[in-house]
Amino acid sequence: MSSFPWLTTIGLIPLVGALVVAFLPASLADRAKQIALGFSVVALLFTVAAALQFKVGSNLQFQFQEQHSWIGQFGVSYAVGVDGIALVLIVMAAILVPVCVLAAWNDVPEIGRRQQTYFALMLVLETFMIGVFSATDVFLFYVFFEAMLIPVYFLIGSFGGSRRQYAAVKFLLFSLLGGLVMLVAVIALYHYGPGGTDGFLVQKLTGLKLDQTPGRLMFLGFFFAFAIKAPMWPVHTWLPDAATEARPATAVLLVGVLDKVGTYGMIRFCLQLFPEASKWATPAIIVLAVISVIYGALLAIGQTDIMRLIAYTSVSHFGFIVLGIFAMTSAGTAGSALYMVNHGFTTAALFLVAGMLIHRRGSKRIPDYGGWQRVTPVLAGVFLISGLSGLALPGLNSFISEFLVLLGTFQRYRVAAVIATLGIILASLYILLMYQRMMTGPKPDAAAGTPDLSHREKWVVAPLIAAFIVLGFYPKPALDVINPAVARTLQYVGVTDPVATHPAAAEGAVK
Amino acid sequence: MHLVQLSAGHLGALANADVIQPASGMTSLAWLLVALPLLGAAILLFGGWRTNAFGPALATGLSWASFGLGALIFFAMLGRSDAERAQSLHLFSWVPAGSFQVEAGMLVDPLSMAFVLLVTFVGSLILVYSLGYMAHDPEKRRFFAFLNLFVAAMLLLVLADSYLLLYVGWEGVGLASYLLIGFWNHNPTFATAANKAFIANRVGDFGLTVAMMLMFATFGTVSFSGVNAAVGGANAASLTAIGLMLLLAACGKSAQFPLQSWLGDAMAGPTPVSALIHAATMVTAGVYLVVRSHVIFEASPTAQTFVVIVGAITLLFGAIVGCAKDDIKKALAASTMSQIGYMMLAAGLGPVGYAFAIFHLLNHGFFKAGMFLGAGSVMHGMDDQVDMRRFGNLSGAMKVTWVTFGLGWLAILGVPPFSGFWSKDKIIEAAFIGEGWRPWIFGFAALIGAGVTAFYMSRLFFMTFHGKKRWPKDAHPHESPRSMTIPMVVLAAGSAFMGLILGPTGAIQSWLEPVVGVHVEGESPVIAVPVLTTLTLLVVAAGLGLAWMRYWREEVPVVAPVGSLPTRAARQDLFQDAVNEAVLMRPGLHLTRSLVFFDNKGVDGAVGSVAALIGGSSSRLRRVQNGFVRSYALTMLFGVVVILGAVWVVQ
Repeated sequence: MSSFPWLTTIGLIPLVGALVVAFLPASLADRAKQIALGFSVVALLFTVAAALQFKVGSNLQFQFQEQHSWIGQFGVSYAVGVDGIALVLIVMAAILVPVCVLAAWNDVPEIGRRQQTYFALMLVLETFMIGVFSATDVFLFYVFFEAMLIPVYFLIGSFGGSRRQYAAVKFLLFSLLGGLVMLVAVIALYHYGPGGTDGFLVQKLTGLKLDQTPGRLMFLGFFFAFAIKAPMWPVHTWLPDAATEARPATAVLLVGVLDKVGTYGMIRFCLQLFPEASKWATPAIIVLAVISVIYGALLAIGQTDIMRLIAYTSVSHFGFIVLGIFAMTSAGTAGSALYMVNHGFTTAALFLVAGMLIHRRGSKRIPDYGGWQRVTPVLAGVFLISGLSGLALPGLNSFISEFLVLLGTFQRYRVAAVIATLGIILASLYILLMYQRMMTGPKPDAAAGTPDLSHREKWVVAPLIAAFIVLGFYPKPALDVINPAVARTLQYVGVTDPVATHPAAAEGAVK
Repeated sequence: MHLVQLSAGHLGALANADVIQPASGMTSLAWLLVALPLLGAAILLFGGWRTNAFGPALATGLSWASFGLGALIFFAMLGRSDAERAQSLHLFSWVPAGSFQVEAGMLVDPLSMAFVLLVTFVGSLILVYSLGYMAHDPEKRRFFAFLNLFVAAMLLLVLADSYLLLYVGWEGVGLASYLLIGFWNHNPTFATAANKAFIANRVGDFGLTVAMMLMFATFGTVSFSGVNAAVGGANAASLTAIGLMLLLAACGKSAQFPLQSWLGDAMAGPTPVSALIHAATMVTAGVYLVVRSHVIFEASPTAQTFVVIVGAITLLFGAIVGCAKDDIKKALAASTMSQIGYMMLAAGLGPVGYAFAIFHLLNHGFFKAGMFLGAGSVMHGMDDQVDMRRFGNLSGAMKVTWVTFGLGWLAILGVPPFSGFWSKDKIIEAAFIGEGWRPWIFGFAALIGAGVTAFYMSRLFFMTFHGKKRWPKDAHPHESPRSMTIPMVVLAAGSAFMGLILGPTGAIQSWLEPVVGVHVEGESPVIAVPVLTTLTLLVVAAGLGLAWMRYWREEVPVVAPVGSLPTRAARQDLFQDAVNEAVLMRPGLHLTRSLVFFDNKGVDGAVGSVAALIGGSSSRLRRVQNGFVRSYALTMLFGVVVILGAVWVVQ
């Protein structure tokens, strides 16, 4: 085992970057965004280096572990470590931050304090995101979980659109409500755990013999917070407002990364710590997830604001992710973990490309566009590819994860899986209708002379499209690290895959 | 009888699974079949304007290279004995997810090779034709890129060794079709047509997805060999469900009833696209899927019957619609639908029909592609006019187009010895085989369809090339350039002779035998074969004669007459759009609208009113904090009393 503190280092790099960017001397103020980009790229390089050290066959649940006593009296430690699921999410976040910094290049054009604050907030957020995915102490997780709200609140509330205050407060209230309920559960969990100076460690809290009622109540406490964050129907209503008022780059970090904490938390905490309660709640959650899938998709079809439309597609996609998690099959849950990564890239591309359009046209309203394929063909092409990834076109990234979720769900819950499969038809409607309304039709005179993608913008979308194709045709590297983590989680829950009713006799012939 | 059929199918499948050897020699290069055109698409799309100059030629060249390689693999296969023809090529581990493991690999067997040759040969010819047809289009490069993407996806579809990988090709051809139907999407109607095609296909994809989920839950695998080997042990209900879901998928892709509505509108795409994608290759993928899954269908007579019913309905539906269309491309599209109906019907008949379904598919690929290219040539010479009422007597002005189109026309009519005769006649014969009501219903559907086909195709042919000139004033019809006529000539030669080469010799049956099993002769049609052949030819002659009277001998009005009720119904595609609109679109629109309202007012409102409640109580609480020391003192006193009281009670 390497003793190098990988996770702390990766987390600290953006934090240092944030401080540097925030307190730049006036003479260097015009270099703020370059410095921010530099720090996020260094963090990415370290993340990649760490990921290469990750051992697939390890018999430990977490790797790159670090543990220091923090508040011994309350049993709180600074303990970090990652399993395969956390690892792929951190890699995704580390890729998305530089992409977002580059996309946000001209969001705050005037050089000075305000611009520095903007980029510093993004870097602080990266630190918290890495922290929240790598925390192996429940209280530390909670601290990061709540701390993330602060930079996001300011990113939306100070830098967003015309109704930014409303959206930021709505986001904060929803999140705080969930967080508070979770806090009660967190404290109660310590009470039921072994206690001691490191009583909040996930390892110490796994496999507790909980009584039925407290176990279920604590499960609900965690689940409530995660369902708001994810967001699931019916507590999704903060998302469209937040997404449309936030800057596109903020929306990406919010929906693409932050919201994953909800679904990640369901796997790490709900399933692992409360197996009995998870199984008890599954039927209700499956129903909510299926509603989210269909409801989000129908709502997306009916939107006239691009950013809200994309936000609702995410409600639908999060429905798929939750569905796969609670299907509790190796295919379904692995599909969900992969979906979290894929959705990050897909949503990033959709939000950022939409942002490029909004920047050019000055409107978020879909009817204000039309015929743009004739004006900005490359931008239109990139928008279409992002959309196709959003509708889970086979051959692109989302397809495999969505299919695995449906397949894994079908093994246990046939009706739910078949209803959710209707989502693939609805997805083609919301993506293609949007594309038709915005990009096809006669060349608009008003938009004549609008520039196509700039070099910077090409660099923004290139890594995302590369991710679509690589993860679509060769998801094996990601699945290889996800699989053992999923297997371990399902083992904690104590479920095994249903077997095929009439399996192929000679499996060897298949190969 | 079913039992016997089932076990025979099962044994055949087991035999299949055993003989598939790893690829050797040329066959191990089969991945290049897909990679070459895919590379072309990538270069043209990512290279941008830099590839404008050489892009189209490069795309065409890569497609021919794929054909060349396909031919080499075909000859290598020809050199092996029947039992060793199929080979599998393992590519890489694709989706390893817990209990679900899928390897990406290719199955190179006689069935897939038949498609490889059809797709690369006809595809390459059509790329050559496009060099002329699209010469002046400013976005020519994009067009060739999409065509290359299509060829690659279609080859992946037919070469995949599992349903999941097939799905990638399946959706890839759908994407290419979407992009090419909407190639001129500055016209809003064309953009809508593209969406319609994709969405109808997605309904089919729903079927394919559910079918795969069922396969995994039942057999634990989605590879062809794994599923085929396990079918024998599964119960009838699962197999029927899988079969019906596969049929739904096939209906979407092949424009079969009830998912047929997109094909007519798909004619919005440039004509070479209609020829290649919406006539010769992609739309026949549904037939491929059914034949490829023959082991499942043979084990489920119910699903098989549904295949036959869908085929019979569609073949008549398309034929009826074809009689009323004045748009030459839409008439040909209706015809395509109808001809695929024949193939579908044959594929549903079991071992007696598979070979002829594929045979008709190959013949159709030639004659229909040839006729579409002919239609494109006519449009090229007539300033993109598509209304046949403005054609007439073009035979003199466009000799090559006329002759090549004529050969296609004779082939589709089933006039011996042209290709259609050898396949369609056999399908009609096969439809008359069976017990009880089935042969009578399906047989006569196929027979009547042949007559109607003869009528509408002759109508089309006469209205375009014969009778009186009805040209617009400024029309100067002229023959198309070589790059366009040569592909037409080659396809016409195929329409004329391919049937003769493959039909009477039994070549096609023996070629496909290792895949679809041995077809045991024994059952004969309920009407004697010579009688049937005569009857068919008579019906065809009647259809032709009627068309001759009405569209050659008599004057064709330039403006379509109002027509009888059936004519008007057929013109509107038997109200398919009205039905879809009433059943799906309008309710869907209302549902989305009311949900948007509900989400803003209902869900958000409910959550919001909780927030308001909290807000309200805080403002009430705020009133208590009024800054008066005396009220604070009073509150404190009250609190102390309560605490003391509580302590006293506890003790």
